Amino acid sequence: MRDLIRRILDWVDHRTGFETAVKNFLFDDIPASSGWHQVFGSVALFLFFVQAFTGVLLAFNYAPQPGDAYHSLQYIVTQITGGRLIRGLHHWGASLMVVVVGLHMIQVALWGAYKKPREATWILGVLLLLLVLAFGLTGYLLPWDNRAYWATVVTIQIAGLAPLLGEYVLEFLGGAEGVGVSTFTRFYTLHVLMLPALTVLLMVLHIHLVRKHGVTPSPRAIGLPKKKFYPGQAFKDLMAFFAVFVLLFVLAATVDVPLEGLADPSDSTYVPRPEWYFLFLFQMLKFFEGRWEVVGAVILPTLAVLALLAVPFLDRAKVKRIQQRTLAFAVVGLVLAGWLALTVAAVLTTPEQVASARGTSPAAADWRLLTPVELAGRAYFQQEKCAECHNLAEGEPKMGPTLATASHRKSAEWLTEHFRNPSAVAPGSSMPAMTLSDDELTCLIAFVLKLTPTNAAALAAVPDDAMRAGVIYHDSQCGACHVVNGSGEESGPPLNGVGQRRTAQWLEDHFRDPQKFDPQSVMPPYDFPPEDMKAMVDYMQALPPDPRQFGD
Amino acid sequence: MDRDPESTSRRTFYQRMIYGVSSLIAAALTVPAVGYLFPSRRKGSAHKGWTDAGDVSALPLNEPRELAFQRKRVDGWKTSSERATAWVVRTDQELIAFSPRCTHLGCGYHWETDSDRFVCPCHTSGFSVTGEVLEGPAPRPLDRFETRTEGNRLWLGRVRTIPENGGQ
Repeated sequence: MRDLIRRILDWVDHRTGFETAVKNFLFDDIPASSGWHQVFGSVALFLFFVQAFTGVLLAFNYAPQPGDAYHSLQYIVTQITGGRLIRGLHHWGASLMVVVVGLHMIQVALWGAYKKPREATWILGVLLLLLVLAFGLTGYLLPWDNRAYWATVVTIQIAGLAPLLGEYVLEFLGGAEGVGVSTFTRFYTLHVLMLPALTVLLMVLHIHLVRKHGVTPSPRAIGLPKKKFYPGQAFKDLMAFFAVFVLLFVLAATVDVPLEGLADPSDSTYVPRPEWYFLFLFQMLKFFEGRWEVVGAVILPTLAVLALLAVPFLDRAKVKRIQQRTLAFAVVGLVLAGWLALTVAAVLTTPEQVASARGTSPAAADWRLLTPVELAGRAYFQQEKCAECHNLAEGEPKMGPTLATASHRKSAEWLTEHFRNPSAVAPGSSMPAMTLSDDELTCLIAFVLKLTPTNAAALAAVPDDAMRAGVIYHDSQCGACHVVNGSGEESGPPLNGVGQRRTAQWLEDHFRDPQKFDPQSVMPPYDFPPEDMKAMVDYMQALPPDPRQFGD
Repeated sequence: MDRDPESTSRRTFYQRMIYGVSSLIAAALTVPAVGYLFPSRRKGSAHKGWTDAGDVSALPLNEPRELAFQRKRVDGWKTSSERATAWVVRTDQELIAFSPRCTHLGCGYHWETDSDRFVCPCHTSGFSVTGEVLEGPAPRPLDRFETRTEGNRLWLGRVRTIPENGGQ
């Protein structure tokens, strides 16, 4: 058996050189000083594979269009086996990638490994760092939730500040007309096609240069016998992969990655924040006002990148032992301290997301406390089959947002516009437009605005008869003369408690012929069909004598 | 292979750890991936519940009619309303609703009054008025919807397969 495998391998190697190439790679000479501090580059490579793997998996179930993107991601994390885990791996993998690439860079900077003849390796490394950040920036938009949308609006605006080029960058990112389908598609294409291809290319060149020049030896190791990469250093690399992977897996399995509501361009209360590794840039912007903004937004970051690229040309001294590189330690320490201070400042000054801008009327905890208009709205909610796609309260996830939480920050104007033309105010919304009359729509909106996370479950359970009565009450304009639950005109007697004062028979007879009971009554007769009559009488009897008794 | 300064036992340890840890990572990635790419149908089929297929009071005896109706379809992350059809026939004993797909390769078939049979245009399978295979490569009788009537209206449930040699 062993013989057969050997012969097959030899056959393949003879024709492809594959085995020889792998052996050359594994048994490459590395300096005696190599060790744990040199694992970061390999770990970054490993994380790139994890990102590629999980990214491709996500793409299998992801629809790259605004709106659909959100719904398909929701489907991935709620419906598909392992979907939440794979999204978690991809999300936290991106963060870890930034950390690992940062550590890799710090290690190289501290040890002075960028020195002649390794300047090109360093420059490729800086470019790879920029690519990693570009991945983070473009990937942030792809869930198309509120967080993604607003962070990208800000990013695009910053890009537009660039002197001379700003306009063109804006045009290229499709952001001239605001963030929408073009920006989304461009970000998506960058994220899944262009950046991966560029990254692979630069990585291959980077690794080629590392092999060409060899791993940087410490001055002490010069003259000592070399080691082989395999298995000693390979083992160290792999242990580092394992440690990072365990951390990544635990993060993905235990920390939920937020998926907020569908992107909402009209949400003026949203506080956009970039991902943590961009917070320092975000914070720096606060120091530059007015026409100086371009300094913080574009000029300083550009100078920083140029400075990074220039490092090997600025520090051209002979290779020293790490213990003697005090200046390098000082510079790296200073940069890290600055970065940390800006990041911490940004975190500390982030306001809490505004919870609710609404709350004028008390939350009705029981359907009997709804005004007839709201009750009619509940009926239209039923009639329009809103519940096919929306939960009122939290429940098994449906396609549309849960209304008790989503309608929180919305105004009546927004809802009117949204119901008439859903995608105009919520790009990507797949909700059909409502065909209700203006008056019916007003009822529906009154009901939706009444929803809160605490009363939604109660308002989901309204008897059919009560809804029918709400519509009849509203259509018959009873509210023009009567008050129910504080809503309506007062020329007639208030109806709360009428069920306690009168019998069902009295109520029915009174509907049919009010003047029989009071010749002076100006109420018109209502000869409802039997089912409607029953609904109305039951509704009158269900009205609480004193709406306040239910509290709220 | 070149001589290595590291001792043989340490080399063996390294190698074992390398193989072990690589396999562990590979497994931790591929197991969720398989679950992800081949999801179990834990949400049931795309068409849940019953659909109103229309009024069947005017349906003649033993003359199949194709009824068109709207039904809800759950397709991945999308829920939509789609037009669907069923071949419905009233026989002496029962009201049958056939799925409109040939049991051979899923083509749409039609009723031919002249020859008194359902004919599939793809590979000329023929089915009797009650769905039994009369000719052609179809492996089993026409699939049927679960049915229920409310007044004059026919409600359709899930499609049930009738096994070979089946019939009811």
